[in-house]
Amino acid sequence: MAFITRRRALQLGAAGAAALTAAQRAAAQSRIPAADVPAPNLPIESGATLRMLRPVRFVQPDEEVFRANAAKFTQATGVQVRIDFVGWEDINQQTAVTANTGAGPDLIMGFSDAPHIYADKLIEVTDIAEYLGRKYGGWLPLARKYGIRHGTQNWIGLPFGASSGPLVYRKSAMTEVGFQRAPDDHAGFLDLCRKLKAANKPAGFALGNAVGDGNGFANWLVWSHGGYLVDEEGKVAINSRETVAALNYLRELYPTFVPGTIAWGDISNNRAYSASECWLTANGVSLYFSLKNDPATRPIAEDSEHQLLPKGVLTQHPMSGLTLNAMVFRHSRFPNAAKAFLAFMMESEQYDPWLVANLGYWAQPLAAYKDSAVWTGDPKVAIFRDSMNNEFWNGYKGPISEASGQANAEYVMVQMCAAVASGQATPEAAAREAERRARRIFRR
Amino acid sequence: MSATTSAPAWVRRPAQQNWLVRLFDWKPFLIVICLLPAIGLLMTFLTYPLGLGIWLAFTDTTIGRSGVWVGLENFEYLLEDPLWWNAVFYSVFYTAIATFGKFALGLWLALLLNNHLPFKSFLRAVILLPWIVPTVLSAIAFWWLYDPQFSIFSYLFVDVLGWRTTNIDFIGSAWPARFSLIGANIWRGIPFVAISLLAGLQTISPSLYEAALLDGSTGWQRFRYITFPMLLPILAIVMTFSIIFTFTDFQLVYAITRGGPVNSTHLLATLAFQRGIPGGQLGEGAAIAVSMIPFLVFATLFSYFALARRKWQQGEAND
Repeated sequence: MAFITRRRALQLGAAGAAALTAAQRAAAQSRIPAADVPAPNLPIESGATLRMLRPVRFVQPDEEVFRANAAKFTQATGVQVRIDFVGWEDINQQTAVTANTGAGPDLIMGFSDAPHIYADKLIEVTDIAEYLGRKYGGWLPLARKYGIRHGTQNWIGLPFGASSGPLVYRKSAMTEVGFQRAPDDHAGFLDLCRKLKAANKPAGFALGNAVGDGNGFANWLVWSHGGYLVDEEGKVAINSRETVAALNYLRELYPTFVPGTIAWGDISNNRAYSASECWLTANGVSLYFSLKNDPATRPIAEDSEHQLLPKGVLTQHPMSGLTLNAMVFRHSRFPNAAKAFLAFMMESEQYDPWLVANLGYWAQPLAAYKDSAVWTGDPKVAIFRDSMNNEFWNGYKGPISEASGQANAEYVMVQMCAAVASGQATPEAAAREAERRARRIFRR
Repeated sequence: MSATTSAPAWVRRPAQQNWLVRLFDWKPFLIVICLLPAIGLLMTFLTYPLGLGIWLAFTDTTIGRSGVWVGLENFEYLLEDPLWWNAVFYSVFYTAIATFGKFALGLWLALLLNNHLPFKSFLRAVILLPWIVPTVLSAIAFWWLYDPQFSIFSYLFVDVLGWRTTNIDFIGSAWPARFSLIGANIWRGIPFVAISLLAGLQTISPSLYEAALLDGSTGWQRFRYITFPMLLPILAIVMTFSIIFTFTDFQLVYAITRGGPVNSTHLLATLAFQRGIPGGQLGEGAAIAVSMIPFLVFATLFSYFALARRKWQQGEAND
């Protein structure tokens, strides 16, 4: 019933949308194809109210549009929705407390693996996920991975978007050393990095304790050689010929980097790139926007291009993304209202303006939103459109679990790479050490 | 009552007071009542967290779920975990070198400040600044100073003076990173030592120095035979505090290197946090924190016995 009232609400006009200007106008131009699929029957409990937690915004309009969308839901259904924005570092802990105490918010939009850790504390959202999938051209692979419980067909999370970290490079430097774009094979990529180094415009990838950038690079290195941390069943498989090959490759690649990347945190490559100390790195779209919005660095932004990480020996670009993943808790007294709310937020009337407001920081989990106006704005941002259209995730190829999150947070892959790059360990020894640590983490 | 009626002029008042007053006049009860707030505070904010931490160390609790008792399993794993041994080594090394540096420089500074200088009070106040600034702020300042690309030292030596062609590698490899962090810790710790020792210096009677001067002593002799022995009691207690603060340091290391490169600068405190909170293994993190206790107990005992010996040296009764 929620959806019928919602349509009526839409006819009444864009209520509560006073804050939206450019975002909404752009959204009006988006043509999101939608199949005619009946909405699941979710009778909203009488007197329902909802409370939701989600991570804080990248950009101000994110929060404004999200709140306006929630206000539209309230107008359509009468369900009051309270949304609290929580710092990124705090959302995992607050999710843990909510799950363990069985009290607190009805819904939480957490990161990537959260629904899989608390799967037993959640209600399934299979009905709305299947409805949305049928209506909007299907869920993209990364969304399916993060939404569906391992070994079942049941959705426990509803991904809202992902943010990935492709290559970002200076076009002028690339041209100077005779390349149009970064080659997709290892030998070519090494050649490029060596020439950049010779031209004194070196590449640089984080090998320090950087949760996002460090893991992004280490995962790419191992995946693109065919290696992986755990196999499909979750058994540790890092100590492999492929991993050793990847680490041997790193021994040749690392000397071409700008010095000091072993000490790099998540912010270091942004700084080095912005200061023209580093000319090729991997980062989220935030780097590009910070360059573009500052008049002093605007020329760097104009000279910058994005490109998906090289494929290496694979047929796909081995990159994952940080995923926003919403879940509904079993302790919620209004599960139907919660599910109706999530579905409502994913409908094109709400979701597309939100996507546009985010400028490309978040990319859609549903295929149909590839036609969103956000991807036709700045051509340099268009590449982020496919952030969720890939087959890799943190903890590839295993099930998403607490352990895969821990391996990520404890830098198992990053430190394996850094140990080899710094010459502290041979590739074989580093792979063995990573295996030892992973065994402990994945023992349950 | 018969005893009181025999002396009608004098009424024994306590017998007529109500039970509440009598209760409060009862010493054991009064002691308990007066201690209760303090004990309550200590139990809530000291004993409970400490006890919980120790309990967690024997379970496999994670952030996602409460754990079960696993006995010594966490400790057994730590004993075979090279990362833990590495953290033990660096914690001891960090504490030893940093404490030595802080006391050498702090004592020197205290001796300088003990002289009659112009703007004495102002100088003493300025000296305290590194100690007053929140640790995280000074850590972030050092993080910039040590940055692989943007260090002011690298800029000076490479771009201004031209003495080097490459940036200085402060935190990019193991040993330089270890010493860089020790340097930051010494910088931060000197004021505490200097001011405490300065207070100690000012308690030394000038007549001792006058007598020594009359005997024709040299400056070194005066330091060796008057200043240093008289300073030892306060030196011992300041050193205990300093060792404990340094051994349990967290902020400097976490803000500057996060234990990197490749875990070479993890202290036990940072490793415990890394495992417990971002890694989610509360049990294992608690076990690492508990493994610090023997070292801290040793440091405390060291000071206790050192203090006792000092009393004897000063000619007081030994207790």
